[in-house]
Amino acid sequence: MTAPPKITVRGLGVRYGTTVALEDVSLDVPTGRVTALIGPSGCGKSTFLRCLNRMNDTIPGVRITGDVRLDGEPIYAPHVDPVALRRRVGMVFQKSNPFPKSIFDNVAFGPRVHGLRDRVRLHEVVERSLRQAALWEEVADRLDRPALELSGGQQQRLCIARALAVEPEVLLMDEPASALDPIATAKIEELIHELTVRYTIVIVTHNMQQAARVSDITAYFYLGRLIECGPTERVFTNPERPETEDYITGRFG
Amino acid sequence: MPQHTDRTYEQALDRLRTSVLEMGGLVEEQIAHAVRALVERDSALAHAVVTRDHTVNRLDVEIDDLCIKLLALHQPAGRDLRLITTALKITTDLERIGDLAAHIAERALELAAEPALKPYIDIPRMADLTRDMVHRSLDAFVREDSELALGVCTADDGVDKLHEQVFRELLSYMVEDPHTISRAMRLLFVSKALERIGDHATNIAEMVIFMVKGRQVRHLDRLPREL
Repeated sequence: MTAPPKITVRGLGVRYGTTVALEDVSLDVPTGRVTALIGPSGCGKSTFLRCLNRMNDTIPGVRITGDVRLDGEPIYAPHVDPVALRRRVGMVFQKSNPFPKSIFDNVAFGPRVHGLRDRVRLHEVVERSLRQAALWEEVADRLDRPALELSGGQQQRLCIARALAVEPEVLLMDEPASALDPIATAKIEELIHELTVRYTIVIVTHNMQQAARVSDITAYFYLGRLIECGPTERVFTNPERPETEDYITGRFG
Repeated sequence: MPQHTDRTYEQALDRLRTSVLEMGGLVEEQIAHAVRALVERDSALAHAVVTRDHTVNRLDVEIDDLCIKLLALHQPAGRDLRLITTALKITTDLERIGDLAAHIAERALELAAEPALKPYIDIPRMADLTRDMVHRSLDAFVREDSELALGVCTADDGVDKLHEQVFRELLSYMVEDPHTISRAMRLLFVSKALERIGDHATNIAEMVIFMVKGRQVRHLDRLPREL
């Protein structure tokens, strides 16, 4: 028996004014797996990702149609509080964006917003999150130093720790390693593997080898449509659709 | 099929296809020459086959190098990945076929030194069949034609039957007259070599089916009726 999908998307469409960004996308995000979204720039993969925790809501003129469910509950229903949703569905961005605060305060930020005041508990959450983000060993003795003193790769792992601190169920990652060198990238990728024990992960990446390395499921988007979605191993060795084949083999244009 | 954005990659893949074909053509010729050297008792031709095996071996190494370079530099995926891994395996089979042809040529040299045991009928037929199998399996490789490849797999039964026939015939010679044993054994080695060539051609065809369809048909009890 396989677990029911963490997120189910049916007939999702997104328009920015008159521009169609996504059209009729249906996709299941399996629980406890890594789903990679690939495709050329402007294909809609980031738009899709941002629909999963309602990050597109704030864009003026956006119109979202279709059905997105988290554990079977529609996330676009009127009673759903987007802030509560984003606590369950966290996000890490392309450019690491630590707050100009200490390392500790960055990670403690979310739990504090959600009302955690107890110093001992707070310290536990910070340590656990930093450990999960594979950063603890490197920063344990300087938690009060400014986060901006960290290297690029460390800053990105700090942002992952910050996202993990509120104990989300799903982690959305938008090109989390595109600005990092190969060693920092390898650390993030290893981390992604470890995180699947606890979290469901959806990652957008331009780096196809990265998608091949880290994901269980790969979804190929092109011109706002989902072209193909399947087990990563199959998509990269024997894709079903010629459009996918052309993209993954580098035949494009 | 659209071209690669990366021209050098495209050219390297073309070069790979051409090299495999070149090696295949050479190997086909080696089979034909080896068996002709046997039938016509032509020792010079037999020597030529043995010498030319080095060229087959050199191509094997060259193609392997090219495949490794392609894997390392281009991280191939999809059909390209299947092409490269197939080429890697095909050349191993072609190299073995080359060895077997050289082996036949060596037996031809030995047999030419003795009076002929019998007129050759089945062995040239086996040679034609196996050569045709090698030819068609490589044709299937270039044309990416899995149906053609499947046909090669079924043709192998014909070769096996002929080998069985040759075996029984040679056995009767040996039973009748022990003086024929050394020649009959050498001919049996030739027949066995041809039978093995058929097996290698079948391996190539099975790899081509994988390359085209992305599906393994190797080591199945029965071949799929359609692909």
